[in-house]
Amino acid sequence: MSVFDGLKFRRVYSPIHNLDPRMKFIYVCAVFVAAILFGEILPLSALFLMQIPFVLLAGVPKEWLRSLRGAAFLATFIFLINIATSFFTSGYVLTAAAIENAAALTLRFIVLVEAFSVFFLTTSPDHLGLALEQSRVPYEFAFAFTTAVRFVPVLAEEANTIMDAQKARGLELEKGNFMKRIRNYIPILIPLIVSAIRRSLELAEAMESRAWGASKKRTNLYSLKLHREDFALLAITVAVLVVAIYVRLYVPVPTLTQLLRL
Amino acid sequence: MIEVENVHFTYPNGVEALKGVSLTIRDGEFVAIMGQNGAGKTTLIKHFNGLLKPTKGTVRVDGVETVKTSVAALARNVGFVFQNPDHQLFSETVEEEIAFALKNFGFDAEVIEKRISWALNLLGLEQYRKTSPFLLSGGERKRVALASVLAWDPKTLVLDEPTIGQDYQQKEKLRQFIVQMQTQGKTVVVVTHDVEFVAECNPRVVLMKDGKIVADGEGRTILTNPEILAQSSVVLPQITQIFMRLTPLGLPKDVIDVYEAKEILLKCWRRSGGK
Amino acid sequence: MAIIETKNLTYTYPGAAKPSINDVSMKVEKGEFVLITGPSGCGKTTLCRCFNGLIPHFYQGEIKGEITVAGMNPTKHHTHEMAKSVGMVFQNPENQLFALSIEKDVAFGLENLGVPREEIRRRVDWALMQTGIYDLRERSPHEVSGGQQQRVAIAAVLAMKPEIIVLDEPTSFLDPLSAEKIFEVIHELNRKLGITVVLVEHRLDLTAKYADHIIIMDEGKVCFDGNPREILSTEETRLIGVGIPKATLLYQLLRKEGIKLSDVTPLSSEELATLLLEALKPQ
Repeated sequence: MSVFDGLKFRRVYSPIHNLDPRMKFIYVCAVFVAAILFGEILPLSALFLMQIPFVLLAGVPKEWLRSLRGAAFLATFIFLINIATSFFTSGYVLTAAAIENAAALTLRFIVLVEAFSVFFLTTSPDHLGLALEQSRVPYEFAFAFTTAVRFVPVLAEEANTIMDAQKARGLELEKGNFMKRIRNYIPILIPLIVSAIRRSLELAEAMESRAWGASKKRTNLYSLKLHREDFALLAITVAVLVVAIYVRLYVPVPTLTQLLRL
Repeated sequence: MIEVENVHFTYPNGVEALKGVSLTIRDGEFVAIMGQNGAGKTTLIKHFNGLLKPTKGTVRVDGVETVKTSVAALARNVGFVFQNPDHQLFSETVEEEIAFALKNFGFDAEVIEKRISWALNLLGLEQYRKTSPFLLSGGERKRVALASVLAWDPKTLVLDEPTIGQDYQQKEKLRQFIVQMQTQGKTVVVVTHDVEFVAECNPRVVLMKDGKIVADGEGRTILTNPEILAQSSVVLPQITQIFMRLTPLGLPKDVIDVYEAKEILLKCWRRSGGK
Repeated sequence: MAIIETKNLTYTYPGAAKPSINDVSMKVEKGEFVLITGPSGCGKTTLCRCFNGLIPHFYQGEIKGEITVAGMNPTKHHTHEMAKSVGMVFQNPENQLFALSIEKDVAFGLENLGVPREEIRRRVDWALMQTGIYDLRERSPHEVSGGQQQRVAIAAVLAMKPEIIVLDEPTSFLDPLSAEKIFEVIHELNRKLGITVVLVEHRLDLTAKYADHIIIMDEGKVCFDGNPREILSTEETRLIGVGIPKATLLYQLLRKEGIKLSDVTPLSSEELATLLLEALKPQ
């Protein structure tokens, strides 16, 4: 669950939280593209370090570290797979270059996780829904998105209660062979589905009663406006992209192994 | 017998729900655990059948420490009925629903058959034996959930908020049912914030606040103590509220039952030469 | 003038064998505080669903008889049209709030109606003030208590400035203290703003004292309709499983024993205590 912890939004105010979600999203995409462009450790390290001021400004270093820790397992996995592949394909020798290459690919993964985690940690789902709406995504989709975010913790809690209720009736989830174990989950899944359906009917009833679909021109309590800070972020985004593309095309990027040999 | 000794419990998210709770429930007792939402009532009772294990301290059920055994083994003696029946009903028929736990506990087919009939009969559900529990009304579903637990005849019965959403008649039936369970020597633990219901039953009351027990004693003593109740955000029973206002008449304050109230007031009336 | 009126209203849910409400004729006057009660399954929730057109638009099924609510016919006007005049608050607070902040939830109805942003802001703030949750406006509905959630639900319908608010067992998930606070809020709305209130409740202990008018239903029919003091003084009501307030019950028991108490049936502890102090004062 710890990967998700890193994506959980907490309502705090900071210069980063106040940025327009659309701008933040474009920035994350730019970092994403830049990370894909490079396979070398040096530029990827630069990208990695670039996120840290954002994390500090947003005041979410703890949550951010937690999400990185959550990604550690997958990162280790990527590292080992890459090493193993090069080991087996290059005739059972392990070169420094191969290790560096594996490390670089792992770092690329970490940069991606890092950038997205900063985005989710500093963007309220409400704002995200609003951004969707104002980007001409149909309101129904934006609504479905925020409602899903709202009800995920509720359903998780419900699943726990159901599990407790069935355990209290002697259900042992870990008992039996593989097929039996799958069947053990039926007494949990059925109540969960039934109550989710019941819940969605009640929600629909409440929505109808509050004039859902009354007007084609729906208004909104909030509106997103671009501020100076958003334009600053846009400038940074453009700069990142331009520099990344320029370096990729015209500057030979040395690897660490090459540098150390010098 | 359930013995809770200086139990602390902290949820994985860091919320400390129990902060040193000690409590002994003897066999055959009827206990109501009261207090506001978030006081730790549900957390406490989940320790009785091992659904939660203490972070610190010990819980013993009939002398066995809950950390040393499984929920399934504990549940055999401590039957737990959850607040919302929809969180446990999943079978195609009421009969199968009741059989579920019996099969889990490894009863013989013959015994299972007998127990099902017994439980259906006890809760007046015979006519629904082959009906899907999902087609029943809310009150009936609650009874099926209760029957499915009673069927294995646990020594202790724990009911979480049994009166929520129930009308007057259903509550009255529940009260009679609990009395019946008691005469059979069962231990009954009820978690509730329904003051009027507790006042009608007059059990031992355990009052909780912020993960601690703030009062423990006879219902009549605790439910008529305005200071203690206010502290844990529980209101006085209506009858007590009346008697609190009758102090100028020199009447006792610790009255919770309507019929007792009637007798006291009649005596007072006759004394004052009423006609 | 009647703001809600039904004549011989009968409704059957799709696939049901018998009608859930049967030949119901009732009237609610403008500005009244009406209490509808009766045993589970008596049809009180079904009747409420007719008031804003959830029946027949959302539930389908077969409806017969006449119904007028706030000058409209809910069988003809769609629920979102009725919503401007009739606000509905449901039993489970968790399943009627869908936004991620409280103020956004309160704004939901107004957004649907296409009200301009500045006006939404004004009415949301006003509704939050009226229900005493203004300070919570930026919190998520998921993090506040059940009682506060139910106040959000009330604020959400209040913001639409309805003439009628219908509440279907709004406190059955709450503890008595939070329930009492909710009833006080509703009473205020009725008294100060003149909003007609239709409250469905089992807990007469806490609510009878606020009601101007009580309707008791059983098996899909109205069996008592009138002034709460008169109706709750009859012995019959107890027989069909309505939990009358303890104070009223005690009053009945004492009168039966011959104690002379005023003819005005008390509905709360305070009222009975006052009567008793007077009757039992030592000479």
